[in-house]
Formats: sequence, C-alpha cells, structure tokens
Amino acid sequence: MVIEMRKGRYGKFGGQYVPETLMTALTELEQAYEEAKADPSFQEELDHYLRDFVGRENPLYFAERLTKLAGGAKIFLKREDLNHTGAHKINNSLGQALLAMRMGKRKIVAETGAGQHGVATATACALFGLECVVFMGKEDIRRQELNVFRMELLGTKVVSVDKGAGTLKDAVNEALRYWVANVEDTHYILGSALGPHPFPEIVRDFQRVIGVETRRQIVEKEGRLPDAVVACIGGGSNAIGMFHPFVDDADVALYGVEAAGSGVATGKHAAAIADGKEGVLHGAYMYVLQDADGFIQEAHSISAGLDYPAVGPEHCHLHDIGRVTYTAVTDAEALEGLQVLAKTEGIIPALESAHAVKFAVDLASTMSSDKIVVVCLSGRGDKDMQTVREALGGGTR
Amino acid sequence: MKTLEKVIQSCISNGEKAFVPYIMAGDGGLNVLNERLLFLQELGVTAIEIGIPFSDPVADGETIQQAGERALANGTTLRKVLDTLADRSDKVTVPLVIMTYLNPVLAFGIKEFVERCVGVGVRGLIIPDLPMEESGMLGEALVDVDVALIPLVSLTSPEDRIAEIVSRAQGFVYAVTVNGITGVRNSYSETLEAHLERLKKLSPVPVLAGFGISTSTQVVELGAHTDGVIVGSAIVDAFHRDDLDLIAELVQQATSHIIL
Repeated sequence: MVIEMRKGRYGKFGGQYVPETLMTALTELEQAYEEAKADPSFQEELDHYLRDFVGRENPLYFAERLTKLAGGAKIFLKREDLNHTGAHKINNSLGQALLAMRMGKRKIVAETGAGQHGVATATACALFGLECVVFMGKEDIRRQELNVFRMELLGTKVVSVDKGAGTLKDAVNEALRYWVANVEDTHYILGSALGPHPFPEIVRDFQRVIGVETRRQIVEKEGRLPDAVVACIGGGSNAIGMFHPFVDDADVALYGVEAAGSGVATGKHAAAIADGKEGVLHGAYMYVLQDADGFIQEAHSISAGLDYPAVGPEHCHLHDIGRVTYTAVTDAEALEGLQVLAKTEGIIPALESAHAVKFAVDLASTMSSDKIVVVCLSGRGDKDMQTVREALGGGTR
Repeated sequence: MKTLEKVIQSCISNGEKAFVPYIMAGDGGLNVLNERLLFLQELGVTAIEIGIPFSDPVADGETIQQAGERALANGTTLRKVLDTLADRSDKVTVPLVIMTYLNPVLAFGIKEFVERCVGVGVRGLIIPDLPMEESGMLGEALVDVDVALIPLVSLTSPEDRIAEIVSRAQGFVYAVTVNGITGVRNSYSETLEAHLERLKKLSPVPVLAGFGISTSTQVVELGAHTDGVIVGSAIVDAFHRDDLDLIAELVQQATSHIIL
C-alpha cells in the first residue's frame, strides 16, 4: 500500500498517480481552482448560469403515491432530472468550463459513459464557444446512440473507443492519453468524483449544490433534516454532491447504491466497494475491481453511467470510517425501480437513478411513517428507453 | 552508486552513449523472453527495459498497447515475468530494468516485489504512473538494495520541479521527449534541445531520452544532447514481425553513430 499523507487524500484514498507530463497541469488546475473559489465573481457567474441556463434550483418533490406504495417513511425526490440536459452532470461541466476559461484554455476533452456527462460538457462548450472532443466506448455508443447524436448536434466531436470492453473505463484511458498529448492548451473535464487530485474535490464542490439545496428545501417543507439520504454510485459524483452537506449530521443516515449487475456473487457487476480491493486506477488510490495480478476488471451494469470498476476516493474513505452505508442493487431490481416510479409518479428515471429508487423504496418500507427518506433522482430516463425496452422484451408485460 | 548507474557511467567515460531497447514481456510468448535478452545483449546494448503488460496502459501508444494486449492474451503477468527472468542463463549479464504500471506492484505487495526484484537481479524500475509525490514507500523499500527507481521528467515539468526530481534520481533520468504517449513520431518540439541540455546540466545522474524515438537519425539527434536513448515501439514492432535484422541494423547504426 502506498500511503502519502498529503493534499488530495481522503484517509488513505486519492492522490495523484499520473504520468509526469500531467503533474504541471494538475498543479495549475489546483491553483486556478483555489483562486476561483476565493473569487466571489466566479461563484456569481456560475450561479447565474445554474439559475438561468440549467433551471436551478430544481424541486424537492414529495412522492406521495410512491410513499403509499412503500408503506413507510415519506419519500422525497431531489429532481436533478429536471435540469437542462436531463441530469446532474451539467452542474460540474459548467463549473469546469468556466474554470478552463479562467486558465485561458479553450479546448476541452471529456469522457462519457451513459453520455450524460458528454452531453452536459458538449452543452457547456457550445454555450461558451469552446472546442470539445468526447471519448466514448463503442459499447456505450451502441447503448446510447441518441446521446451521441445530441453531442454532435452541439458541435462536439465524439470519438469511439473500441479497446477493452468499450465502456467508461476505456473512454477514460483514451481521454487521459489525449490530455497528455494536448495538455498545454486543453482542459480535461472529468465527469465524476474520480481521478487525480484536484478532480475529486472540484467535482464534489460543483455537485454540492444538490445537497445544499436539498438541506434547505427539506427544512422548509418538513421543518427538519431527513432520516436517510439515498443516491446511486458509479464513480460517485451525484452521491458525493448530495451527501457532503450532510456528512456532519450524525442523525442523517447516508446510503450509496452501487450497481450489482447480474448479482455481486456472479462477478458480473460494478460494485467496487462491495467486491473490490484497494488499488490505483486513473490517477487515484481507491477500491477497484481487479484480479489477483492487479489487472483491472471490466465492470458490468445495465446502466452505462454506473459501469465503472472503481468508486471515487472520498466514497472509499466514507465507507472505511462507516459514515456512509454502501449497498448494491441488481439490473433486474433497477428495472423494477424504474417501472415503479414511472407508474406511481409519472417520472421515468435514468437507469442509474433507478438503482437508488429501488433501494429507497425498500428502505422506506422498513421505516415508520414519521420518518423521511430523500432520494437523489440524478437523471431522467429518456436516454435509456431503448435499453429498457430490450431488457423488458419489447413491452412492459 | 547502484549497478545500473555504474554501467551507464562507464559507457559514458568510454566516450560512448547508452542505448536501451524496450521490449514487451510476453509478446510472442514468455518462452522467447530470455533468448531476446541474449540477442539484444550480443548486439551490444547498454541495458534492457522490460515492459510488463497492463489492462489500462494510459502512457502507451498504439504499438506498445497492441503488444501488451498480445502479451495479456498469452497470460503474461508481473509474477510470471519475474519467474521467467529467474530462469535466464548466466550469459545474460546486461542490466535489466522493469517498466510496470503501479497497480500490479501494489497487488504483488511492495515489499515482496522488491525482494523478488533483488532475487532475480533486476537493476531498475520505471513506473510511469508514480510521480515523485507518490513514490515515498517504494523509494524507501529501494534505499538499501541494488535496484534503481528511475524518474521520468517531461517537457512540461518546470525547472524547480526538474531540480527536485533529478536530485533524488537513481540509475538514470528518463527524459520524456514528447507531450504524449509512446510511439513513432517524425518530429520533435523545437524547445526539446534546450530542454535536454538544461536537464543534463541539472542532473547528477545520466540523462536518457525516450518516447517517440524510432529511427537511427533520431537516435543520433537526441543522443547528441543526452547520455543516450531508449527505443521502444520500433523494437517491439520489429520483434513482432520477427525482423531481427532490422533490430540489429538499428542498434548497430545507432551505437556506431553515437560513438562518433
């Protein structure tokens, strides 16, 4: 185990395990971010775009029929699915695009799994007139064809990655290679709370708006904090944004829901906390799905956005100290969650978010009716209709 | 002074430049690894860099990635490479340097890995995803053994950072000559010469240039500003096509030109 107690560490997790060529860019990014944080005009500008472009704040919605169905705690949904571009990813893409411009960089590279981060980044780049290249796995391009078209309409170049299984991990590898070769004029907008320091911190801070709003909204509606907060975890960006403002509230239970794919016991899953070992991938020390020789294994999930063989370093630490409870939901259970929410509330969630919905319904059913559960509904399901249709055999019956 | 540095220094004091070929272990099967080492040694190379294939080689270009995939398909692992090296003939005396990504080392266990390297006579380590900030524990494990931790310096490293990196360097400093990944290239950045000269001035250990060096002309050009070169993709590609004559030609042209 390599443990250096320095900046960018969450307990023993995190760090900066990258080629030397990137170290200077990371240092510059860190400095630029520190300066931006200390500059009120930066936050004002971001707030302006979050309000007038993204449509924040988005609602915290009391899901009455879902609550009745679960038969226990009140269930509230944080509606990130109502953001412009349909998911929480835009919060981070806008923030990082503004940061890139502060650094004088007008070229952007990004990776995408489900395509939500790619679409969000393509959108931010169109908004600010930045040049954008997005790397996307071949299998994900197949699964999320319409998102590729959306990115292209927005003026972004989408590059197919056919190495490995052609999913998110492979897209990150190619984006990193591209960044190494173009680092002097290009910023890498990493989409999840992953990668080398300072990315996990930057992504978390830009996603914290989810938890900050939720906290204020639940107090307005219920006069108190929730008993439990639930979010799905791939790399973990919506979850860390939702959890972070609640971490010091000991009475708020936090639940992170990983993708169990065909089941954790089958080995075909993306549950790195449930089944991974400590190791280094994409610049950070994390829990990683790997074999005995240290080769990284492919993740498996019906949800392209959760299909990643590791979990961001801060989540690894929150697991180690026992502050967040991490659990996992299978493909079949997530499909069930998606259908339940569609039929009871008229909301079709993204497959990623459906993992959180499924767990939250089960959790609420074990709690009394005076309790409150908040779920981060990180994205909407439009992008998944083809996948869901195939999985359900062409119909819903 | 560790053996690797001694060998390179003696090369320099003979008025020669170092020539270090890179090969991908397990490409063509692990059973040919030791005979390739002997083949290269007989051509007169200074040391040999042995690449360990990895599932996610973010610092490698197309040629070496593909070689790595072939090696992985053969079931090559860090452990098996070390086992194979332990069986090499006594005739192989050229210093061996292992290039591996960090995670296989962590999975092996740092202490056990270092012991095994010492046991099989590995003289140097290159870990491309381990910058100096993160190298503490491995560095400590190598203090009292004859295995050098070779740092990389890039074109983007600022001068104060270069000074700090080279002050801790062992064996040699690996000067990355392009912003990017390994592979064949036609031209170098125009600031490269100045960068290499500055690096040589700062470094207490020899400076070898690598990444994107594939022809004897490039070897001569870069050799002029450094203590030697590392050639990867061109050698890997020639072994894959079984073109041993090309390798012999490249090494002989390079070494003879460099000596002049």
